[in-house]
Amino acid sequence: MRFLLRRALFYLVTAWAAITINFMLPRMLPGDPVQAMIARFQGRLSTDAIASLYVLFGLDTESSMLSQYLTYWGNLFKGDLGLSFTYFPTPVSEVIAQSIPWTLALMGVTTVISFVLGTMIGVYAGWKRGSWIDALLPITTFFSAIPYFWLGLIAISVFAVSWGAFPAAGGYEPGLIPGFDWEFISSALYYSVLPALTVLISSIAGWILGMRNMMVTVSSEDYVTVAHAKGLPEKRVMLGYAARNAVLPSISGFALSLGFIVGGTLLVEMVFSYPGIGYVLFTGVNAKDYPLMQGIFLIITMAVLVANLLADVVYLMLDPRTRKAA
Amino acid sequence: MTPVLEIRDLSVDYGQGEGAVHAVSSVNLVLNRGEVLGLAGESGSGKSTLAYAMTRLLPPPGIITGGEVLHHGRDKPAPVDVLGLSPKQLRSFRWNDIAIVFQGAMNSLNPVSTVASQLEDIYRAHRPEMSRAQRTKRSAELLRLVGISADRLGSYPHQLSGGMRQRVMIAMALALDPEIIIMDEPTTALDVVMQRQILEQMMRLREELGFSVLFITHDISLLVEFSDRIAIMYAGRIVEQAASEDMYRASSHPYSKGLLGSFPALHGPRRPLTGIPGSPPDMRSVPSGCPFHPRCPSAFDVCEREIPVLEKLSGTNGDSSRSVACWLNTPSLSGHPGVGAT
Ligand SMILES: Nc1ncnc2c1ncn2[C@@H]1O[C@H](COP(=O)(O)OP(=O)(O)O)[C@@H](O)[C@H]1O
Ligand code: SF4
Ligand SMILES: [Mg+2]
Repeated sequence: MRFLLRRALFYLVTAWAAITINFMLPRMLPGDPVQAMIARFQGRLSTDAIASLYVLFGLDTESSMLSQYLTYWGNLFKGDLGLSFTYFPTPVSEVIAQSIPWTLALMGVTTVISFVLGTMIGVYAGWKRGSWIDALLPITTFFSAIPYFWLGLIAISVFAVSWGAFPAAGGYEPGLIPGFDWEFISSALYYSVLPALTVLISSIAGWILGMRNMMVTVSSEDYVTVAHAKGLPEKRVMLGYAARNAVLPSISGFALSLGFIVGGTLLVEMVFSYPGIGYVLFTGVNAKDYPLMQGIFLIITMAVLVANLLADVVYLMLDPRTRKAA
Repeated sequence: MTPVLEIRDLSVDYGQGEGAVHAVSSVNLVLNRGEVLGLAGESGSGKSTLAYAMTRLLPPPGIITGGEVLHHGRDKPAPVDVLGLSPKQLRSFRWNDIAIVFQGAMNSLNPVSTVASQLEDIYRAHRPEMSRAQRTKRSAELLRLVGISADRLGSYPHQLSGGMRQRVMIAMALALDPEIIIMDEPTTALDVVMQRQILEQMMRLREELGFSVLFITHDISLLVEFSDRIAIMYAGRIVEQAASEDMYRASSHPYSKGLLGSFPALHGPRRPLTGIPGSPPDMRSVPSGCPFHPRCPSAFDVCEREIPVLEKLSGTNGDSSRSVACWLNTPSLSGHPGVGAT
C-alpha cells in the first residue's frame, strides 16, 4: 500500500507539472490566435467581439499571469477548458466529449485485441519454438516495420479505392444520425474495419515478439524444468508456470499502451479522417486552436499518468515480489 | 541388493554432426534400492546432463544418442525402459517414481505462486481423486516433515530463505512417496552449516521412508560422508565406482585420488591438499585415449591412444563392487602391479 501511495503522489506531482506547462506553453508561443480568428471571420467581427475573445481565450493582457493561472485551475476543476476556436463557440470539453468515444471504441478495442491475440500467439510461438508459427513472425514484423502512414494509405488505395470493399474515410455513413440503433452501429462497425485492421497489423508483431522472447527465456528457467519434472500436464506448465511469468513485462507494456491510445491515434485518424480525438487535434493544430490543443494535451497527459498508475496496480497484483514493501 | 534404476550404455550429445559435444559417453550405473549413490566430478563433467537424460528432461540441443534407463518398479513384474515411455506414461512416471531436487535451488520455485499451490499442483496432476481439503492437509504434513511450519503454505518463494526454499523442494520431492530422488548439487548455493543440516535431514527422511538417492555434487567430502557408494565422473565417463569407505581410504583411479585430495575432509584424518594440476577438458575437443591423460601424473604411452574401459577390480580383499577405468590396472600394459598403483 505504501508503495502505491508513493506512486500516486509521484503521479500527482507529475500531473501538476504537466498542467502548469500546458498553461504556460500557448502563452509563450509566437503568433496571435485571435488575429488568426479575425482573419478567418474576414472582418465580420466587431471590435467588441474581438476584445471579448481575448478575455475568453485567456489571452487578456490586462490581468496578471498569476490570476490567469488561478482562473485556469478554477476552470479546470469545473471542467471548463475554454471555447474552441475552430468549433467556435462550442466549449472544448464538449468537442472532446463528442470525439473521444470514437477514439476509445476504435483504438481501445483494437489495442486490447492486438494485445490479447499477440500475446496468445507469442505464448504458443515461444513454447513451440521452431514450429510453423515462427514462419509467421517475419510477416508480422514486416508489417510493423512499415510506417503506419504508408500502411494506412496502401490499405485505402487497395481495399477502398481499387476494390471498393470498405469506405476510405469517416466514421459512419454520411447522413446517418448518431444514436444507439442498429443501422448506425453497423455502419460505424463497417467504417471501423479498415482502420482497426491496419492498426492491428502494425501493432501485433510487437506483442508477439515480446511474448515469444520472454517465453523462450522463461522456458529455460529452473522452475519450468521442475514443473516438467513434476509430471504436470503440458498445458499447465505452459500457462501456469511459463506464460504466467513471461507475461509480466507485457502487462505493464499493455497498460502503458492504453495510455497512449489518445496520443497515438492522431496518425490513424488523420489517414482515415476518423471523427475521433486525433482528428480533432489535427484540425486544432492547423487552426492554431490553442484552447482545443491544450484540452487534448491535458487528456493525453492524464491518460498516460492513469495508465502508469494502472500498470503499477496490475503489476502489484500479478507479481508477488513487488508486494514486498506492502 | 536389488537395483531400482539401471543406466545402461547411456550417451548424450549436445548438438548434432561435427560440432556435437559428447557430454555423456556410454555410462553404466546402477542405483540400488534404498541406497545413496554419490556421483562426483568437476564442473562440466556431465553429471547434470546424466540426471536430465535419465529423467528425459534434457533441454535442447541435448539428445540421447544411445542406451537404456531401466526402472525396476516396486510392484511391476518387469523393468521398463524410461527412454521408451509414451508422453502420458512419462508424465505419470515423473515424480511418482523419480523426484528431483535441482541444482538451481534458488530458482526451482515458481516466483508467482504460493508454496501451497506448487505442492498441490502435484496432487492435482497425479492424484485427481484427492479433495481440496486432503491436498491441503497433505501439503501441510509435507512441510512439517522437513521442519517448516504449516503456516508457510501461503508464502511466496521470495518470502523464504534459501535454506527454506530448498526444504520446500525436498518436501515437494517427497509428495508422492517416490522410490528415487535425484539431488543435483542440492545445497551448493547454501552456507556450510545449512548444507549439513539439510543433508542430515534428508538422510533421516531416507531412513524413515526408504527411498534411494542419487546424490550429485562436485564436493567429494560431502559425498564420502553421506553416500553408500560413489561413482566418479570425468569428461562424460564414469572412471571409478566403489563403496564410499573404499573410495575414501584407497581410491584407485589417479583422477579420484586427485579429487579426494583436493577437498579437505570434514571428519576423520586430515590429508594434505594435493589437488589436480591443469583444468577440466574442453568438452568440445576431449583428449584422445584416456581423457584424463594430459593431467595424469601416471600416464604412459597407451593412455594417449586407447580409451580405458570400466572394469571390475580383481584381487582386492574380496571386494567385487569396485570398478575402475584406467590402464594402470591392466598389468600386461603398464608393467605396474595393478591395484593401488601410484
Ligand atoms: N545446453 C547445452 N548446450 C551445449 N553444451 C552443453 C549444454 N549444457 C551442457 N553442455 C556441455 O555438457 C557438459 C556437461 O555439462 P553438465 O552436465 O552441466 O556438467 P556438470 O553438471 O557435471 O557440471 C559441459 O561441459 C558443457 O560443455
Ligand atoms: S589410463 Fe592412463 S592417463 Fe588415464 S588415468 Fe589411467 S594412467 Fe592416467
Ligand atoms: Mg551440474
